[in-house]
Amino acid sequence: MANLKQLSELEGFFTPGHRMCAGCVAPVVVRQVAMAAGDTPVVVANATGCLEVASTIFPYTAWRCSWIHNAFENTAATLSGVETAYRALKKQGKITKDIKFIAFGGDGGTYDIGLQSLSGAMERGHNMVYICYDNGAYMNTGIQRSSATPQFADTTTSPAGKVIPGKVQWRKDLAAIMAAHNIPYVAQVAPSHFNDLIAKVQKALAVDGPAFINAMAPCPRGWRYDTREGIEMTRLAVETCYWPLYEVENGEWRLTYKPREKKPLVEWLKKQGRFRHLFTEENKPLLEEFQRRVDQEWEKLLKRCGEA
Amino acid sequence: MQERIALTGNEAMALAMKQINPDVVAAYPITPQTEIVQIFSNYVANGQVKTEFITVESEHSAMSATVGAAASGVRAMTATSSQGLALMWEVVYIAASNRLPIVMPVVNRALSGPINIHGDHSDTMGARDSGWIQIYSENTQEAYDNLIQAVRIAEHPDVLLPTMVMMDGFIISHAMENLYILSDQDVQKFVGEFKPHRPSLLDVDHPVTVGPLALYDYYMEFKRQQAEAMAGAKAVILEVAKEYGELTGRKYGLFDAYKLDDADLAIVVLSSTAGTARSVVDELREKGIKAGLLKLRVFRPFPYEELAQVLADRKAIAIMDRADSFSAFGGPLFTEVRAAMYDAKKRPPIVDYIYGLGGRDVNLDHIRKVYTDLAEIARTGEVTQVVNYLGVRE
Repeated sequence: MANLKQLSELEGFFTPGHRMCAGCVAPVVVRQVAMAAGDTPVVVANATGCLEVASTIFPYTAWRCSWIHNAFENTAATLSGVETAYRALKKQGKITKDIKFIAFGGDGGTYDIGLQSLSGAMERGHNMVYICYDNGAYMNTGIQRSSATPQFADTTTSPAGKVIPGKVQWRKDLAAIMAAHNIPYVAQVAPSHFNDLIAKVQKALAVDGPAFINAMAPCPRGWRYDTREGIEMTRLAVETCYWPLYEVENGEWRLTYKPREKKPLVEWLKKQGRFRHLFTEENKPLLEEFQRRVDQEWEKLLKRCGEA
Repeated sequence: MQERIALTGNEAMALAMKQINPDVVAAYPITPQTEIVQIFSNYVANGQVKTEFITVESEHSAMSATVGAAASGVRAMTATSSQGLALMWEVVYIAASNRLPIVMPVVNRALSGPINIHGDHSDTMGARDSGWIQIYSENTQEAYDNLIQAVRIAEHPDVLLPTMVMMDGFIISHAMENLYILSDQDVQKFVGEFKPHRPSLLDVDHPVTVGPLALYDYYMEFKRQQAEAMAGAKAVILEVAKEYGELTGRKYGLFDAYKLDDADLAIVVLSSTAGTARSVVDELREKGIKAGLLKLRVFRPFPYEELAQVLADRKAIAIMDRADSFSAFGGPLFTEVRAAMYDAKKRPPIVDYIYGLGGRDVNLDHIRKVYTDLAEIARTGEVTQVVNYLGVRE
């Protein structure tokens, strides 16, 4: 693989002229995916969400590649249609080029409203890579909880109130759900670990059939961190084992990164305003509960990956 | 060369789809459309079409995938009914605004609730403002003919609007009738090779952004262009009908006027009820009553000028609505025809009959009653009840 310097010089299919917020990590994820794709021709489908609205305000577009937005919940179905049209034309000899198909959706468009469409497309076996840029809430509409929101996070629909301390439920394990579709490739990535991310996207693009990648993409508005620390947020999520890096290749689970020393969860939590209410004396048990659950999930993953 | 065979409405639609031979079909089964999907799956399984068939998990995904395929520069189709159309609603509008020439048979069925599987027009009437061309068919022959013509209409460079072709659920979809069919070659020749008129997603050397965000500074121009395309579709529909008529000997227009020229009493109707109404017209004519019928074929674009012209000289007009719009002012066909008549040189009394909801049978007696009411209105010049419900327990 090319080194970072070479990669950063790649023009890529996503230009810097978009209007995402300062400190948003979603465009960093897209840029790294573009680096992974290199010169391969791609068609991108984009779910309604921050990335879509901030990158294609008519008459401008930040996309150098062919790009389609249809609606919020139907990106996988839409790309199914594009990919099928490609197969039809290929069969008829009307297209000779090899084209890859990439979908981008936020956690709202992927975990929640678009889950059916995604499940259908994965089950049917379309040759596409679906990438969820997971910022852990409906950020585009103003930070409402999603099924990807971490437990205890303060969002506008799971506010940290006097009787309820933020989101009550644990996060949905979407990557496992995707793995249960028996698709050839599933992975979880973080842009702080760009080599890992790029290698996984390249694997995903190379497989014959559907691939799903869950990418952590922090949101400075929703998480309330210093805008300079977006990438640091993902690094800490990985180092605390809240967001482990792994892949599931043809059903084989494999950890792709194991922190030398597992950092305490609070190191990630304390940098984020959405968890501020946990740092009171009375909420101390919640912090402990949070850490215990992260430990459990980590152990579970280690077992799945044959590491424990 | 045409062959005369007996087919159900669904078989005829599926056959027309086979002969159109689209590149991509994405469809989900729903009563009473299910057979179309099943029959077409067989064509695919037996290699009788070149089509790539996407067995989507819902109608929402059916329309979404069809949009994706159509934006990729191929001929793409789907088919649905009722709740299926309701589920794809969101994307139905998006298909039109992206100017994608998708063709979709819709087998009319009542919308829930209560849940009902039989024919009425509440499903497609709800989609009347979605930006799709809407063509209604009386029988199996028309369903077949309309679907083939729809391809040419939708794909015409001056139009580029998706088109839905309707037939009544069960009454037509499941009833066997004789019809004339074209050879595969003739249909292929008529619809022609698909040529995308806009940049396609798969033309990766010329990337295109499809479906961007357009706010108050551009949204209205997008809508204005859609309106312009819809208005222009009228001429194309007639042009395609003329060419199809030359090929088949079957004439189509925006509507079909039956014994209307000198009629005092006129009924305006859509789809299969026209057959019943026509036989009542004949019966009344034998008795010397000047009854006439207007069967509307094209509901979108709405031929308001043409309607006003042929209806102005009637003494009383009844609109038959197989859907209610709950506007408290009658069904959709009524309100639109009545609005069209505002500019007519004469304004005869117009009444509405909402009938046949959820597939409730409409028989000769019902239509006779409507003409009897019209005769009374024509005689007295007075309307006692503008909006009427036909064949309902009050």
